[in-house]
Amino acid sequence: MSEKKTNLVELGFMDARIKLIDIAAFLDRIDRHEQSDDYRVAALKEALPELLSNGPGRAARILDMLSDQSTDPVSESKIQGAFGAPSREQ
Amino acid sequence: MRYIEPHAHMVSRTTDDYMALACAGCKAVNEPAFWAGFDRASSQGFYDYFRQITEYEPKRAAKFCIDHYCWLCINPKEAEDVGLAREVISIIPDFIDCDNVLGIGEIGLNKNTRNELQILEEHIQLAVDHGQMILVHTPHLEDKLKGTKLILDALCNHSEIDPSKVIIDHVEEHTAPLVIDKGFWAGMTLYPESKVTPNRAVDMLEMYGHENVWMNSACDWGISDPLSVPKAVLEMRRRGYDDSFIDKVVYLNPAQFMGQNPKFKLS
Repeated sequence: MSEKKTNLVELGFMDARIKLIDIAAFLDRIDRHEQSDDYRVAALKEALPELLSNGPGRAARILDMLSDQSTDPVSESKIQGAFGAPSREQ
Repeated sequence: MRYIEPHAHMVSRTTDDYMALACAGCKAVNEPAFWAGFDRASSQGFYDYFRQITEYEPKRAAKFCIDHYCWLCINPKEAEDVGLAREVISIIPDFIDCDNVLGIGEIGLNKNTRNELQILEEHIQLAVDHGQMILVHTPHLEDKLKGTKLILDALCNHSEIDPSKVIIDHVEEHTAPLVIDKGFWAGMTLYPESKVTPNRAVDMLEMYGHENVWMNSACDWGISDPLSVPKAVLEMRRRGYDDSFIDKVVYLNPAQFMGQNPKFKLS
Protein backbone atom coordinates (compact mmCIF):
# COMPACT_ATOMS: atom_id res chain seq x y z
CA MET A 1 0.00 0.00 0.00
CA SER A 2 1.16 3.53 -0.62
CA GLU A 3 1.69 5.74 2.44
CA LYS A 4 -1.14 8.06 1.39
CA LYS A 5 -4.43 6.70 2.72
CA THR A 6 -7.13 6.50 0.07
CA ASN A 7 -10.44 8.16 0.95
CA LEU A 8 -12.73 5.15 0.53
CA VAL A 9 -15.84 7.20 1.31
CA GLU A 10 -14.98 9.52 -1.54
CA LEU A 11 -14.43 6.49 -3.73
CA GLY A 12 -17.52 4.49 -2.84
CA PHE A 13 -20.23 6.75 -1.43
CA MET A 14 -22.05 7.57 -4.67
CA ASP A 15 -22.11 3.89 -5.66
CA ALA A 16 -23.55 2.92 -2.27
CA ARG A 17 -26.08 5.76 -2.44
CA ILE A 18 -27.29 4.60 -5.85
CA LYS A 19 -27.71 1.02 -4.61
CA LEU A 20 -29.54 2.08 -1.45
CA ILE A 21 -32.04 4.19 -3.41
CA ASP A 22 -32.43 1.37 -5.91
CA ILE A 23 -33.47 -1.00 -3.09
CA ALA A 24 -35.97 1.57 -1.82
CA ALA A 25 -37.39 2.04 -5.31
CA PHE A 26 -37.61 -1.74 -5.78
CA LEU A 27 -39.65 -2.10 -2.58
CA ASP A 28 -41.90 0.81 -3.65
CA ARG A 29 -42.35 -0.79 -7.08
CA ILE A 30 -43.40 -4.23 -5.85
CA ASP A 31 -45.77 -2.60 -3.32
CA ARG A 32 -47.30 -0.52 -6.07
CA HIS A 33 -47.82 -3.62 -8.20
CA GLU A 34 -48.97 -5.72 -5.20
CA GLN A 35 -46.19 -8.29 -5.54
CA SER A 36 -44.60 -7.96 -2.13
CA ASP A 37 -45.80 -11.34 -0.82
CA ASP A 38 -42.93 -13.21 -2.53
CA TYR A 39 -40.63 -15.27 -0.25
CA ARG A 40 -37.59 -13.58 -1.80
CA VAL A 41 -38.90 -10.15 -0.85
CA ALA A 42 -39.49 -11.39 2.69
CA ALA A 43 -35.90 -12.68 2.82
CA LEU A 44 -34.60 -9.36 1.54
CA LYS A 45 -36.53 -7.41 4.17
CA GLU A 46 -35.31 -9.72 6.94
CA ALA A 47 -31.74 -9.07 5.86
CA LEU A 48 -32.00 -5.27 5.70
CA PRO A 49 -31.61 -4.60 9.47
CA GLU A 50 -28.21 -6.29 9.24
CA LEU A 51 -26.99 -3.23 7.33
CA LEU A 52 -27.27 -1.24 10.57
CA SER A 53 -25.49 -3.77 12.76
CA ASN A 54 -22.18 -2.86 14.30
CA GLY A 55 -18.86 -4.39 13.49
CA PRO A 56 -17.42 -6.02 10.39
CA GLY A 57 -18.88 -9.02 8.63
CA ARG A 58 -22.16 -7.52 7.45
CA ALA A 59 -21.77 -8.92 3.92
CA ALA A 60 -21.04 -12.43 5.19
CA ARG A 61 -23.96 -12.32 7.62
CA ILE A 62 -26.39 -11.18 4.92
CA LEU A 63 -25.12 -13.93 2.60
CA ASP A 64 -25.69 -16.42 5.42
CA MET A 65 -29.25 -15.12 5.89
CA LEU A 66 -29.93 -15.61 2.17
CA SER A 67 -28.54 -19.16 2.20
CA ASP A 68 -30.11 -22.59 2.51
CA GLN A 69 -29.10 -23.66 6.03
CA SER A 70 -29.94 -27.36 5.64
CA THR A 71 -27.02 -29.78 5.66
CA ASP A 72 -28.02 -33.03 3.93
CA PRO A 73 -27.94 -33.53 0.16
CA VAL A 74 -31.42 -33.45 -1.39
CA SER A 75 -32.75 -36.59 -3.05
CA GLU A 76 -33.23 -34.85 -6.39
CA SER A 77 -33.82 -31.46 -7.96
CA LYS A 78 -36.25 -30.70 -10.76
CA ILE A 79 -34.62 -27.35 -11.48
CA GLN A 80 -31.07 -26.35 -12.34
CA GLY A 81 -31.14 -22.69 -11.36
CA ALA A 82 -31.10 -20.72 -8.10
CA PHE A 83 -33.29 -17.84 -6.98
CA GLY A 84 -31.27 -15.87 -4.43
CA ALA A 85 -33.08 -16.88 -1.25
CA PRO A 86 -34.00 -20.27 0.21
CA SER A 87 -37.52 -21.45 -0.44
CA ARG A 88 -39.70 -21.33 2.68
CA GLU A 89 -40.55 -24.99 2.01
CA GLN A 90 -36.91 -26.06 2.56
CA MET B 1 0.34 -4.85 -16.42
CA ARG B 2 0.43 -8.60 -16.94
CA TYR B 3 -2.20 -11.02 -15.72
CA ILE B 4 -3.63 -14.50 -16.13
CA GLU B 5 -7.36 -15.08 -16.63
CA PRO B 6 -7.65 -18.28 -14.59
CA HIS B 7 -11.29 -19.10 -15.32
CA ALA B 8 -12.81 -18.30 -18.71
CA HIS B 9 -15.12 -20.24 -21.00
CA MET B 10 -13.63 -18.99 -24.22
CA VAL B 11 -15.58 -21.40 -26.42
CA SER B 12 -18.56 -19.14 -25.83
CA ARG B 13 -16.73 -15.86 -26.41
CA THR B 14 -15.98 -14.02 -29.62
CA THR B 15 -12.54 -13.58 -31.10
CA ASP B 16 -12.88 -9.87 -30.29
CA ASP B 17 -12.72 -10.89 -26.63
CA TYR B 18 -9.32 -12.52 -27.19
CA MET B 19 -8.18 -9.22 -28.68
CA ALA B 20 -9.50 -7.30 -25.66
CA LEU B 21 -7.85 -9.72 -23.22
CA ALA B 22 -4.52 -9.47 -25.03
CA CYS B 23 -4.66 -5.66 -25.11
CA ALA B 24 -5.40 -5.63 -21.37
CA GLY B 25 -2.24 -7.65 -20.63
CA CYS B 26 -3.59 -11.19 -20.44
CA LYS B 27 -0.82 -13.76 -20.95
CA ALA B 28 -2.77 -16.99 -20.42
CA VAL B 29 -6.34 -18.22 -20.08
CA ASN B 30 -7.49 -21.23 -18.11
CA GLU B 31 -10.67 -22.91 -19.39
CA PRO B 32 -12.49 -25.38 -17.11
CA ALA B 33 -15.04 -27.65 -18.76
CA PHE B 34 -18.56 -26.32 -18.15
CA TRP B 35 -22.24 -26.40 -18.97
CA ALA B 36 -23.07 -25.26 -22.50
CA GLY B 37 -26.32 -23.61 -21.42
CA PHE B 38 -28.30 -26.70 -22.33
CA ASP B 39 -27.94 -30.38 -21.44
CA ARG B 40 -25.97 -32.45 -23.92
CA ALA B 41 -27.68 -35.64 -25.02
CA SER B 42 -24.73 -38.02 -25.14
CA SER B 43 -21.09 -38.50 -24.20
CA GLN B 44 -20.22 -37.90 -27.86
CA GLY B 45 -21.12 -34.25 -27.35
CA PHE B 46 -18.55 -34.08 -24.56
CA TYR B 47 -15.97 -35.88 -26.71
CA ASP B 48 -16.30 -33.14 -29.32
CA TYR B 49 -16.20 -30.46 -26.61
CA PHE B 50 -13.00 -31.91 -25.12
CA ARG B 51 -11.45 -31.89 -28.60
CA GLN B 52 -12.48 -28.26 -28.97
CA ILE B 53 -10.80 -27.13 -25.73
CA THR B 54 -7.68 -29.28 -26.20
CA GLU B 55 -7.10 -28.78 -29.94
CA TYR B 56 -8.95 -25.80 -31.42
CA GLU B 57 -9.15 -23.24 -28.61
CA PRO B 58 -5.38 -23.16 -27.93
CA LYS B 59 -4.82 -22.24 -31.59
CA ARG B 60 -7.42 -19.45 -31.41
CA ALA B 61 -5.76 -18.05 -28.28
CA ALA B 62 -2.27 -18.32 -29.77
CA LYS B 63 -3.23 -15.88 -32.52
CA PHE B 64 -3.33 -13.26 -29.78
CA CYS B 65 -0.15 -14.43 -28.04
CA ILE B 66 -2.23 -15.93 -25.21
CA ASP B 67 -1.43 -19.40 -23.82
CA HIS B 68 -4.48 -21.61 -23.35
CA TYR B 69 -4.95 -24.30 -20.68
CA CYS B 70 -8.00 -26.37 -19.81
CA TRP B 71 -9.57 -28.77 -17.33
CA LEU B 72 -11.88 -31.73 -18.01
CA CYS B 73 -15.07 -33.06 -16.45
CA ILE B 74 -18.82 -33.28 -16.77
CA ASN B 75 -20.06 -30.21 -14.93
CA PRO B 76 -22.40 -30.48 -11.93
CA LYS B 77 -25.44 -29.19 -13.85
CA GLU B 78 -25.36 -32.30 -16.05
CA ALA B 79 -24.29 -34.67 -13.29
CA GLU B 80 -27.82 -35.46 -12.17
CA ASP B 81 -27.89 -38.07 -14.97
CA VAL B 82 -25.48 -40.53 -13.36
CA GLY B 83 -25.38 -42.83 -16.39
CA LEU B 84 -24.36 -40.03 -18.75
CA ALA B 85 -21.89 -38.67 -16.19
CA ARG B 86 -20.13 -42.03 -15.88
CA GLU B 87 -19.88 -42.33 -19.66
CA VAL B 88 -18.24 -38.90 -19.81
CA ILE B 89 -15.87 -39.71 -16.95
CA SER B 90 -14.81 -42.84 -18.85
CA ILE B 91 -13.57 -40.79 -21.84
CA ILE B 92 -11.65 -38.19 -19.81
CA PRO B 93 -8.47 -40.34 -19.54
CA ASP B 94 -8.21 -40.22 -23.35
CA PHE B 95 -7.54 -36.46 -23.05
CA ILE B 96 -5.60 -36.12 -19.79
CA ASP B 97 -2.21 -36.29 -21.49
CA CYS B 98 -3.01 -33.48 -23.94
CA ASP B 99 -0.44 -30.68 -23.73
CA ASN B 100 -2.82 -28.04 -22.31
CA VAL B 101 -4.78 -30.16 -19.80
CA LEU B 102 -3.97 -29.16 -16.21
CA GLY B 103 -6.49 -31.23 -14.25
CA ILE B 104 -10.07 -32.20 -13.48
CA GLY B 105 -12.65 -29.40 -13.33
CA GLU B 106 -14.80 -27.56 -12.85
CA ILE B 107 -16.37 -30.30 -10.76
CA GLY B 108 -18.57 -29.67 -7.75
CA LEU B 109 -22.25 -29.29 -6.97
CA ASN B 110 -25.17 -27.31 -8.39
CA LYS B 111 -28.39 -28.10 -6.48
CA ASN B 112 -26.65 -30.21 -3.83
CA THR B 113 -28.31 -33.50 -4.79
CA ARG B 114 -27.22 -37.03 -3.92
CA ASN B 115 -26.47 -37.78 -7.58
CA GLU B 116 -24.34 -34.67 -7.97
CA LEU B 117 -22.43 -35.62 -4.83
CA GLN B 118 -21.88 -39.17 -6.10
CA ILE B 119 -20.45 -37.89 -9.38
CA LEU B 120 -18.31 -35.33 -7.53
CA GLU B 121 -16.78 -38.18 -5.50
CA GLU B 122 -16.14 -40.17 -8.67
CA HIS B 123 -14.41 -37.16 -10.27
CA ILE B 124 -12.25 -36.75 -7.15
CA GLN B 125 -11.26 -40.41 -7.40
CA LEU B 126 -10.49 -39.94 -11.11
CA ALA B 127 -8.18 -37.04 -10.24
CA VAL B 128 -6.45 -39.08 -7.53
CA ASP B 129 -6.05 -42.11 -9.81
CA HIS B 130 -4.41 -39.99 -12.51
CA GLY B 131 -2.43 -37.64 -10.24
CA GLN B 132 -4.39 -34.59 -11.38
CA MET B 133 -5.10 -31.25 -9.75
CA ILE B 134 -8.73 -30.25 -9.14
CA LEU B 135 -10.72 -27.09 -9.91
CA VAL B 136 -14.03 -26.90 -8.06
CA HIS B 137 -17.24 -25.04 -8.93
CA THR B 138 -19.39 -24.05 -5.95
CA PRO B 139 -23.17 -23.62 -6.34
CA HIS B 140 -25.02 -20.40 -6.98
CA LEU B 141 -26.73 -17.99 -4.58
CA GLU B 142 -28.74 -19.69 -1.81
CA ASP B 143 -27.14 -23.07 -2.57
CA LYS B 144 -23.51 -21.91 -2.22
CA LEU B 145 -23.04 -22.19 1.55
CA LYS B 146 -24.47 -25.69 1.86
CA GLY B 147 -22.75 -26.85 -1.34
CA THR B 148 -19.38 -25.52 -0.25
CA LYS B 149 -19.64 -27.40 3.04
CA LEU B 150 -20.60 -30.65 1.27
CA ILE B 151 -17.73 -30.23 -1.21
CA LEU B 152 -15.23 -29.57 1.57
CA ASP B 153 -16.43 -32.69 3.38
CA ALA B 154 -16.04 -34.79 0.21
CA LEU B 155 -12.51 -33.50 -0.37
CA CYS B 156 -11.37 -33.69 3.24
CA ASN B 157 -12.77 -37.21 3.63
CA HIS B 158 -10.48 -38.43 0.83
CA SER B 159 -7.14 -39.42 2.34
CA GLU B 160 -5.15 -38.74 -0.84
CA ILE B 161 -6.29 -35.18 -1.53
CA ASP B 162 -3.63 -32.49 -1.12
CA PRO B 163 -5.48 -29.19 -0.51
CA SER B 164 -2.63 -27.20 -2.07
CA LYS B 165 -3.51 -28.80 -5.41
CA VAL B 166 -7.21 -27.97 -5.25
CA ILE B 167 -8.82 -24.60 -5.95
CA ILE B 168 -12.37 -23.98 -4.83
CA ASP B 169 -13.84 -21.28 -7.03
CA HIS B 170 -16.64 -18.72 -6.80
CA VAL B 171 -16.11 -18.07 -3.07
CA GLU B 172 -17.92 -15.17 -1.42
CA GLU B 173 -17.57 -13.55 1.99
CA HIS B 174 -19.47 -16.35 3.76
CA THR B 175 -17.54 -19.23 2.16
CA ALA B 176 -14.00 -17.89 1.66
CA PRO B 177 -12.91 -18.50 5.29
CA LEU B 178 -14.25 -22.08 5.18
CA VAL B 179 -12.10 -22.81 2.12
CA ILE B 180 -8.94 -20.97 3.15
CA ASP B 181 -8.93 -22.31 6.73
CA LYS B 182 -8.76 -25.88 5.38
CA GLY B 183 -5.71 -25.10 3.24
CA PHE B 184 -7.39 -25.03 -0.16
CA TRP B 185 -6.86 -22.32 -2.76
CA ALA B 186 -9.80 -19.95 -3.20
CA GLY B 187 -11.05 -18.39 -6.42
CA MET B 188 -13.08 -15.18 -6.55
CA THR B 189 -15.34 -14.76 -9.56
CA LEU B 190 -16.15 -11.24 -10.67
CA TYR B 191 -19.65 -11.11 -12.12
CA PRO B 192 -21.83 -8.09 -12.87
CA GLU B 193 -24.95 -9.55 -11.19
CA SER B 194 -24.00 -12.45 -8.92
CA LYS B 195 -20.90 -13.78 -7.16
CA VAL B 196 -18.66 -10.78 -6.31
CA THR B 197 -17.94 -7.33 -7.67
CA PRO B 198 -14.39 -6.02 -8.07
CA ASN B 199 -14.96 -3.95 -4.89
CA ARG B 200 -15.94 -7.00 -2.84
CA ALA B 201 -13.09 -9.07 -4.25
CA VAL B 202 -10.56 -6.49 -3.09
CA ASP B 203 -12.38 -6.35 0.27
CA MET B 204 -11.85 -10.09 0.60
CA LEU B 205 -8.13 -9.71 -0.12
CA GLU B 206 -8.02 -7.25 2.77
CA MET B 207 -10.00 -9.53 5.09
CA TYR B 208 -8.61 -12.97 4.21
CA GLY B 209 -5.19 -12.19 2.75
CA HIS B 210 -3.72 -12.43 -0.72
CA GLU B 211 -1.99 -15.80 -0.47
CA ASN B 212 -3.44 -18.81 -2.31
CA VAL B 213 -6.20 -16.83 -3.98
CA TRP B 214 -6.98 -15.83 -7.54
CA MET B 215 -9.50 -13.62 -9.32
CA ASN B 216 -11.31 -14.55 -12.49
CA SER B 217 -14.09 -13.39 -14.79
CA ALA B 218 -15.59 -16.86 -15.48
CA CYS B 219 -16.81 -15.22 -18.68
CA ASP B 220 -19.18 -17.46 -20.60
CA TRP B 221 -22.38 -17.21 -22.65
CA GLY B 222 -24.25 -15.46 -19.82
CA ILE B 223 -24.03 -11.98 -18.34
CA SER B 224 -20.31 -11.74 -17.63
CA ASP B 225 -17.38 -9.47 -18.33
CA PRO B 226 -14.13 -10.85 -19.76
CA LEU B 227 -12.32 -7.70 -18.59
CA SER B 228 -13.45 -7.89 -14.98
CA VAL B 229 -9.97 -8.83 -13.70
CA PRO B 230 -8.43 -5.62 -15.11
CA LYS B 231 -11.33 -3.75 -13.46
CA ALA B 232 -10.40 -5.31 -10.12
CA VAL B 233 -6.83 -4.19 -10.77
CA LEU B 234 -8.14 -0.65 -11.20
CA GLU B 235 -9.92 -0.95 -7.86
CA MET B 236 -6.67 -2.10 -6.21
CA ARG B 237 -4.83 0.87 -7.73
CA ARG B 238 -7.53 3.27 -6.52
CA ARG B 239 -7.04 1.95 -2.99
CA GLY B 240 -3.31 2.48 -3.22
CA TYR B 241 -1.96 -1.01 -3.74
CA ASP B 242 1.35 -1.07 -5.58
CA ASP B 243 2.42 -2.93 -8.71
CA SER B 244 4.09 -5.80 -6.85
CA PHE B 245 0.94 -6.52 -4.82
CA ILE B 246 -1.23 -6.44 -7.92
CA ASP B 247 1.19 -8.60 -9.90
CA LYS B 248 1.14 -11.21 -7.17
CA VAL B 249 -2.66 -11.38 -7.06
CA VAL B 250 -3.40 -11.45 -10.79
CA TYR B 251 -0.29 -13.07 -12.26
CA LEU B 252 2.03 -14.80 -9.80
CA ASN B 253 -0.71 -16.48 -7.75
CA PRO B 254 -2.48 -18.18 -10.67
CA ALA B 255 0.92 -19.07 -12.15
CA GLN B 256 1.92 -20.62 -8.83
CA PHE B 257 -1.21 -22.76 -8.61
CA MET B 258 -1.33 -23.83 -12.26
CA GLY B 259 2.45 -24.30 -12.29
CA GLN B 260 2.10 -27.25 -9.97
CA ASN B 261 1.37 -29.10 -13.19
CA PRO B 262 4.64 -29.19 -15.17
CA LYS B 263 2.65 -28.74 -18.40
CA PHE B 264 2.01 -25.12 -17.40
CA LYS B 265 4.70 -23.05 -19.07
CA LEU B 266 4.21 -19.39 -19.89
CA SER B 267 5.65 -18.55 -23.29
